[in-house]
Amino acid sequence: MLLKTSTSPHVHGDTTVRKMMVRVLLALLPAMVAYCWYFGWGLLINITIAVATALGCEYLMLKLRQRPVNPFLSDGSVVVTAVLLAFCLPPLAPWWLIILGTGFAVVIAKHLYGGLGYNPFNPAMAGYVVLLISFPKEMTVWLPPFILSELNFSLIDTLNAVFIGVYPAGFTLDALTAATPLDLVKTQLSIDVTIAETRNAYAIFGDFGGLGWEWIGNWVFLGGVWLIYKKVISWHIPVAVLASLFTIALVFYLKDADHYASPMFHVFSGAAMLGAFFIATDPVSAATTPMGRIVYGIGIGILTYVIRVWGGYPDGIGFAVLLMNLAAPTIDYYTQPRVYGHKRS
Amino acid sequence: MRRLYNFPGGVRPKEHKRESTAAPVARAQLPDKIILPLHQHIGVPAKPVVNAGDRVLKGQLVAEAGNNISAPIHASTSGTVLAIEDHAIPHASGLPAPCIIIHTDGKDEAIIGYGKPRDAGILTPEQLRHAIKQAGIVGLGGAGFPTYLKLANEGKKVGTLILNGVECEPYITCDQMLMRDHPIDIIMGLMIMQRALGINRAIVAIENNKPKELELMQEAIYEVGTPDIELVQVPTVYPAGGEKQLIQILTGKEVPSQGLPMDIGIVCHNVGTAYAITRAIEHNEPLISRYITVAGSVAKAQVLHVLVGTPVSHLIEQCGGNRKTLSRVIMGGPMMGFALLDDEVPVVKTTNCILVNSVVSDVPLPSRGDFALPCIRCGACAEACPAGLLPQQLYWYAHAKDFDKVQDYNLFDCIECGCCDFVCPSQIPLVQYYRYAKSAIWQQEKEKVVADISRQRHEFHKFRQEREKHERELRHKQKRQVVEGQSTQDDKKSAIQAAMERVRKKHEHSEVSPKNIDNLTEQQQKLIEEVEARRKKKLEEIKPENNQ
Repeated sequence: MLLKTSTSPHVHGDTTVRKMMVRVLLALLPAMVAYCWYFGWGLLINITIAVATALGCEYLMLKLRQRPVNPFLSDGSVVVTAVLLAFCLPPLAPWWLIILGTGFAVVIAKHLYGGLGYNPFNPAMAGYVVLLISFPKEMTVWLPPFILSELNFSLIDTLNAVFIGVYPAGFTLDALTAATPLDLVKTQLSIDVTIAETRNAYAIFGDFGGLGWEWIGNWVFLGGVWLIYKKVISWHIPVAVLASLFTIALVFYLKDADHYASPMFHVFSGAAMLGAFFIATDPVSAATTPMGRIVYGIGIGILTYVIRVWGGYPDGIGFAVLLMNLAAPTIDYYTQPRVYGHKRS
Repeated sequence: MRRLYNFPGGVRPKEHKRESTAAPVARAQLPDKIILPLHQHIGVPAKPVVNAGDRVLKGQLVAEAGNNISAPIHASTSGTVLAIEDHAIPHASGLPAPCIIIHTDGKDEAIIGYGKPRDAGILTPEQLRHAIKQAGIVGLGGAGFPTYLKLANEGKKVGTLILNGVECEPYITCDQMLMRDHPIDIIMGLMIMQRALGINRAIVAIENNKPKELELMQEAIYEVGTPDIELVQVPTVYPAGGEKQLIQILTGKEVPSQGLPMDIGIVCHNVGTAYAITRAIEHNEPLISRYITVAGSVAKAQVLHVLVGTPVSHLIEQCGGNRKTLSRVIMGGPMMGFALLDDEVPVVKTTNCILVNSVVSDVPLPSRGDFALPCIRCGACAEACPAGLLPQQLYWYAHAKDFDKVQDYNLFDCIECGCCDFVCPSQIPLVQYYRYAKSAIWQQEKEKVVADISRQRHEFHKFRQEREKHERELRHKQKRQVVEGQSTQDDKKSAIQAAMERVRKKHEHSEVSPKNIDNLTEQQQKLIEEVEARRKKKLEEIKPENNQ
């Protein structure tokens, strides 16, 4: 009798793209909770809008590209893109900003380049950078920690702010927002205020980085370590990003502590932690060889520092990741591991 | 304690070895038919020495080695040769191949001298190799390379003999059970190998998930072995039993790319081969049977002692499998085995496992999904690759049919162990792509050879044409010179006139004239005239154009 055939191996380890993506989302969960604790409901609204937009755009693009909808829509990659982008947007960002950024990420950065597996740039960061360049005002309305809970800014108030731009009586957006620690250090340095003076003068600094921010960073860190433990990501990129950022910051800090922030401040501020564990590790757009991942991570760490300190933007993770995305194929080519039975060079 | 080395990558699939090792090894029932493929080994096929209708006895030579890289085949039981014809064989291609088919008579009558103990101590290494060759012994670990060739030690290149009892693939337990049942014979076989090679150093490697067999083998070494035989536990990681990986674990050395273990002074043999050698040398039994694991969707998974040539369907039925509900039958392990197209194929010398899947409980292990997502470049495959390759790049270029690039990334160092495939979250059939690329490259090279030959032939043809043309011109020139010497314009004219005269005379004298226009009716005559007129007109029309 004739039997079914298949080619070896006939067994599979049962890992799927969906499982990987679900784990990434789970790893982000503690940081999400912490974020809401410090900055209110905004993040959840951002995530909801972004995920809905992303799923809609994904569906549309799959239909247009005549790809099977179900396996791709359910692989979870587009949800991860949306959540990561939402994480990078200010908590009271207007709804259209989120839709615009997510739409760009999914439609242009992902699907027009070939969809899952083919996009050369990290879609979340492409969306983020487009928003940052196009809408600098809306993209910099950050809140100081706890202000919303102190002012009893409710979920309804947040929804009103996001969707119709209306604030409760007595509130204005300008009154609520404040510069982020990275931003503050940068603007204060430009008017010759030393870092120590800035830190003393403002209440938004914590032990290392920004108050609140550093705790979100801690949770991101723990989530990232769990991902490494679960082998969803490898240690190379996060370690390389953080170590290089720390090292370069240390060099300048030791040289001139008044004008260069401490390495711990850099590591625990802005999107450094999120970038190292969740953004730079996007497998599709990152380098894939072990040595290549280290080179790629170091590139991101150094570029982030350069942009933060000497560039025009307070944080540089997004630009650094995109620039290194561009270099990933070349890095891979020159960092091939030695193959069994070939000479050690 | 020997220092062990790591090999990169590897995976840890569920072992599933308990199911088939609970019961002791049973003898497989004698089938009605024994099918002996002539090509069960690496090298050229064996040549039959019996004819249809001949009665053969157990252990009788039925096919002799085709040349030096080949192995003879012996009848596994007594019976009558039904036919020597094409039959389905266990091969990934599913194509039939020549087989000797024996109708068994149930008497299991052996040739004279079969199983008779003999004193092997007096045999020289050359005689040992000869006897091993005559017994039809090939590597029983799966490759099926004629064993005697790997027991020659010219120039004393080989210094270490590794006996592979690792058996790292899930489900496969035949070597484990062999070590449990016959540890002494295995060690004796090892010592025969040592004598043939003229070396003392030997390492017996067993995975540390077989503590019982480790102990039994250690005892056997104490009992009959020498202190130079070292027993080593290796970690349970797939593919620790792969030859290249085992060498790396035990010695830290690597077999050079495209080379052989012999190049670094090592030779590897399987425990099953060692046992077969003992049976052949000490008991005068050629290789006609072996241990085979039958596992998966069968009522009773177990290891059977099977005659070579027994149909797979026979074994499945004996272990309580339902042939009607079969979905897939895999020969070998789930990582590197191949799916059979037909369960009527026989088991061969290199068959170690029959893994049965039925529609009732399909795939006892999770298998790859049907829909592969695109590669997300996660690099899990590269982390799992024991050869240090970049499977994602190989896939990328194999997919794009860029066969130069895929070789740049060392496609031919891939051992097809399946680790990359096993870990791939996009469930891409990676190994299938590599096999495809390899065969496409082989095909291209073959075509290139053919193309080279035909190009040479074409070039020679052109050269010959040129030469002949040149020679012809030369001849003509010479002739013309001869003719031109005597002929003038007038001569030519008179020659033409003479010819015309001849033609005219011929016409006048000719008595033959067309008959079909003699008795024409008026109508016919009219028709002909019309045709003639039309033709004339047409000719006049064409003429001026032609002159232009």
